[in-house]
Amino acid sequence: MSAYDEHLVIVGNGMAGHRLLETVLAHPHRPRHITILGDEPATAYNRILLSPWLAGDMDREALTLRHPDWYAAQGVSLIVGERVTAIDRQCRTLTTDQGRRLAYDRLVLATGSRAARPAVPGSDLDGIHAFRDLEDGERLASLADAGGRAVVIGGGLLGLEAAEGMRKRGMTVSVVHRATHLMNRQLDPTAADMLAAELGARGLEIHTGADLAAYAPDADGQRATGVVLSDGTTLTADCVVAAIGIVPNTSLAERAGLATARGIQVDAFMTTSDPHISALGECCEFEGTTYGLVEPIWRQAEVLAARLCGDTPAPYRERPCATKLKVSGISLYAFGPIAPTSAHEVLTYHDPQHGDYRRLLLRDGVIDGAVLYGDTGDGPWYFQCALAGEDLSACRQALLFGASDAQPLLDKPDTLSEEAA
Amino acid sequence: MQQHTTCPYCGVGCGVAATIENGVMTGVEGDRAHPANYGRLCVKGSALHETLGDHGRLLAPRVDGREVSWDAALDQVATRLAAVRDEHGGQAIAGYLSGQLLTEDYYAANKLFKGFLGSPHLDTNSRLCMASAVAGYKRAFGADAVPCNYEDLEEAELVVLVGSNLAWNHPVLFQRLRTAKQRNPLMRVVVIDPRVTDTCEVADLYLPIAPGSDARLFNGLLAFMADKGKLDAVYLERHTQGLDDALAAARDEATTLAGIADDCGLDIEALETFYYWFASQLHVVTLYSQGINQSTSGTDKCNAIINCHLAGGKLGLPGAGPFSITGQPNAMGGREVGGLANQLAAHMDYHTPGAQALVTAFWDAPHLPEEPGLKAVELFAAVERGEIQALWIMATNPVVSLPDADQVKRALAACPLVIVSECMADTDTLAYADIVLPASSWSEKDGTVTNSERRISRQRGMLPPPGEARHDWWIIAQVAKHLGYEEAFEYSHPRDIFVEHARLSGYGNHAGGIPRLFDISALSDLDRNAYDALVPLQWPVTAEAPRGTARLFETGRFATPDGLARLVPVRPVTPEQALEACYPLRLNSGRVRDQWHTMTRTARAPRLLNHRAEPYIDIHPQDAQAHALVDGGLARVFNRWGEARVRVRVATSQRRGDVFIPIHWNAQFTGAGRVGTLFAPLTDPLSGQPETKHGAVACEPLDVAEEATLLLAPTCARDPLRSDDAYWARMPLNHAQRWQIASATSRDWLTWCAARFGVEATLWCEDATGGRLRAAGLRDGRLVWWLMVGPPSELPGLAWLDARFGDAALTDEQRRRVLAGSASGEADTGPVVCSCHQVGAKTIREAIRRGDASVDALGARLACGTQCGSCIPELKSLLEEEVAHAGTDEALETA
Repeated sequence: MSAYDEHLVIVGNGMAGHRLLETVLAHPHRPRHITILGDEPATAYNRILLSPWLAGDMDREALTLRHPDWYAAQGVSLIVGERVTAIDRQCRTLTTDQGRRLAYDRLVLATGSRAARPAVPGSDLDGIHAFRDLEDGERLASLADAGGRAVVIGGGLLGLEAAEGMRKRGMTVSVVHRATHLMNRQLDPTAADMLAAELGARGLEIHTGADLAAYAPDADGQRATGVVLSDGTTLTADCVVAAIGIVPNTSLAERAGLATARGIQVDAFMTTSDPHISALGECCEFEGTTYGLVEPIWRQAEVLAARLCGDTPAPYRERPCATKLKVSGISLYAFGPIAPTSAHEVLTYHDPQHGDYRRLLLRDGVIDGAVLYGDTGDGPWYFQCALAGEDLSACRQALLFGASDAQPLLDKPDTLSEEAA
Repeated sequence: MQQHTTCPYCGVGCGVAATIENGVMTGVEGDRAHPANYGRLCVKGSALHETLGDHGRLLAPRVDGREVSWDAALDQVATRLAAVRDEHGGQAIAGYLSGQLLTEDYYAANKLFKGFLGSPHLDTNSRLCMASAVAGYKRAFGADAVPCNYEDLEEAELVVLVGSNLAWNHPVLFQRLRTAKQRNPLMRVVVIDPRVTDTCEVADLYLPIAPGSDARLFNGLLAFMADKGKLDAVYLERHTQGLDDALAAARDEATTLAGIADDCGLDIEALETFYYWFASQLHVVTLYSQGINQSTSGTDKCNAIINCHLAGGKLGLPGAGPFSITGQPNAMGGREVGGLANQLAAHMDYHTPGAQALVTAFWDAPHLPEEPGLKAVELFAAVERGEIQALWIMATNPVVSLPDADQVKRALAACPLVIVSECMADTDTLAYADIVLPASSWSEKDGTVTNSERRISRQRGMLPPPGEARHDWWIIAQVAKHLGYEEAFEYSHPRDIFVEHARLSGYGNHAGGIPRLFDISALSDLDRNAYDALVPLQWPVTAEAPRGTARLFETGRFATPDGLARLVPVRPVTPEQALEACYPLRLNSGRVRDQWHTMTRTARAPRLLNHRAEPYIDIHPQDAQAHALVDGGLARVFNRWGEARVRVRVATSQRRGDVFIPIHWNAQFTGAGRVGTLFAPLTDPLSGQPETKHGAVACEPLDVAEEATLLLAPTCARDPLRSDDAYWARMPLNHAQRWQIASATSRDWLTWCAARFGVEATLWCEDATGGRLRAAGLRDGRLVWWLMVGPPSELPGLAWLDARFGDAALTDEQRRRVLAGSASGEADTGPVVCSCHQVGAKTIREAIRRGDASVDALGARLACGTQCGSCIPELKSLLEEEVAHAGTDEALETA
């Protein structure tokens, strides 16, 4: 049977599942029979835009990727609001929580991830929220609209986006972050300080180097009324959001007996331990890496879609990726290592009053890492140079000023050496 | 309104049409009617109106550091001069003048010093420029008389340029030569110069002569002409004497071509070609300048050249003659009034029979000196020895321009009374003045100048002098009156002086004895209107030749007692400043294209600094390597006389063993750039002209930890220097001052700038491992300072930044680009090649790569080279380089 006649079933209609679907549909040899299932009630939406939506910068409708009639038009069976509970690998069928049974020839698991919860006393109390999906967003939005105080645990990308979103909706928000500076996985201290200063100026209360000790329960021991830090400080709150990271959703795969570690283990063609089952996105694990940003997931979708359509694509490879912060009015672009080593040469640009900062880490003339704050327009160019491993020694003097200044120096023929010759 | 005047720069003496609107000169162009230039102007002349304005001008008299009224200043000058004269005699007073002065200023000064103060010690900076040419002409022709005119240059069949970088130093004449050569394909040009200069662009034959061997070359030519039967026996017989002795002297040394070629460092075939061309052409002009004159045997070199012209009968006819081109706008005028210490007045010397009585009678002078005075170099030596007690310097900057320039400082410091008449508020010399007199400047001064072809032109006063500045002739006349010589100095206008000068030129002339060639007596009756309307004309201007005289010696009669020209025996000698093991490099000096003298005027036009922004040394690549110098680095050049600290330019245009440093830079613009400090005070025994093309120096890399460039807004009153800065140079821009600094130790620049300029670094970027830092300080959004630490080769083109210093506030986008130094994506156009249209080398190279294969094509696209044309040689070099590169690329591709 050719790929064309196989029934492709995608479990998960999030960012990864949807991207895969779109990519497969764009392929000239797409499978005829495709079914996509999602446990959320809505059709696929752009999860990345949850933050601006929470902040009130965007309509709900703008998040929607596709409407149901689109699926029909593409000849794709769409099932929403149903959770797949079991896979029978022997019979190649799966079962949903609504009792539906579906046969598949090829199965893709795109089950995503869930918010990690800090393992401290009180974590089972009510009033502790995540910020993962539309439902979380809607809940936080309505809480925020009521005003009051919120504590966000985690000063990473998602935590800050949630915090800023809720602040903009009218809450007084504190951010509790364990590391000494915000977004410590992506930013150097200078950029993080600028970010903290900017967010502070907007009204966020930032606590860095702050270790969460426990959630504070109310008198009934039912509901969280705030957090207690390890130094004894108590921050009271009407709402607590935990945004300390994500955990891949692997339980379905585990129950089906697929190989899992932190995520569902896949090879470079996104195949799990069962050749008929693939996985991609935040639920999967490749060579020990799990995922949280879209850029590598899009590449996974490319590889997997090609394979599902009968091609033999180049294998997926891990590549560095860049971080951008989506908080309105703050531009930030970063990739690569944060702390320079002795092998690095450090180039910096500062305009603190203007809120511009750049730091490039060079290793043997090649960009290894970059942090851009404020004017991030050249971020993608730096990133491309880094990916290409291009030796930029010839334009080093202009490197901080961006592509328009540096590129001409790279393109220039080396007249000096000719003259010397 | 347009007014016609004359350019104050080089000896070409171009006519200038200046546009004056509401009391401001808004533009200049070449005067189409002026016979020197027929509408052309070089880049310096084109920027004249940009050099005006009151800023930096000297505006009030000062006595002992205090501003005083003119009355008080004149009284002090007169009282103190009189005191010196009364105590020590007129011999203890000296004047040091300048080829920048107008003829009327010169005349009044000469009359006051020699006729009334009784001092013979009145010399001029023309001594540094053409004294040897004067002495050479006098020995050969009996008078200081340039036989040729500019048309001769165009009409010649062979033009020999020796010791002259005409393309840079007399650009308009160079253009005339080039145009003539285009019109006459038979014309040949030979360039004889130790350096490959832009003048070589027109050369059919280039002789890279060993420095100092010119006399040997021309002696050899004389012998060659004799050997080949190319002497003009009839001419020699009828109009000259001295051939035998001159030829004998020439034959004292080996006259084989191989021997001469060896001595002159030349290729034998090239040498023979030159000799053959010269010997076989009648219409030959040999044009020579400072490369011949500035030598301890400069006069002999001039005569070696003149000998060849006399021997071949190659003068006194169109397109022929030995043609000395002067460096200064009025060197000739100074010679005419007698403004050199060995002259008396009006082309009369002390030993001219009857001259003393004649001049005494004409001036009614109380006590004329009886013997010639001290020439420039010996004059300053006498000042240091205390023999001169009072020195009045006018319109010149001897601390910069004289050899052993540090001796000049010592002399001025030792002199009890130093009076300086000057236009500018800051010059190296003013620091030593007891009395400072503010003088008027070009565009204000009114009078006449004489150019290199004996052409007298009016320089017209068009704008009022600023502040209390006064004309030099007025200052001199006022001092004379305060000394009690009212009657002799009763001048109310420069015309009064000019007609007196004209009368003296005819006074007693032709009355028996030897007639004096310099005779402009036909101009003795000019009234104010006629003087104001005077059109350019060439002396002699007499009853017989009322419209002037284009060419001298056409009849073959010379100004000697017997009317015969003299061939002078010349025995070539090597430069007196000998190379030594510890000073192994031969130092040459000269001008750059876009600067003039000590830069007091030209540095006021920022675009003129774009061509060569810093003091520099040109050195051959192998010499550079041997002395561990790198292109773009800094060097210390030194000998026992002094040192200079300059930027290194590795240049294949230099001969091995020869280096070149320009003459312009001084303490106002750099820490140690006065090339004069490196020359020994050795002079030609006849002309007294110093040997400033033959120094012996050593060089080594300047030990610096880091280099920095600072741009400072005019509001930064303080300079950015520290005492341990090993090198600095200042370059005025339109809206800022650029400082280039190299320090022996690094400093914390951000802290230092904040403290120095009172504005913290607002933005900065750093590449610490690379030792690079850029920063800028803004106050209320406006640029106050801009810094780059790193090699200047990494500087962006500064025009954009300069303009930002003129902005009231930076936009956000500009602010983001401030450290980059350019608008987004705007490439640096490279060093400016065409100053008129500000076209950079990078732009030109790109155009060539896109297919512009000629100077004309480049001009059509970029306008470069279409105005003054002085960059055309550089355009040609760029074309050649690009073609060579393209060839290399092709070869590589083929390989």
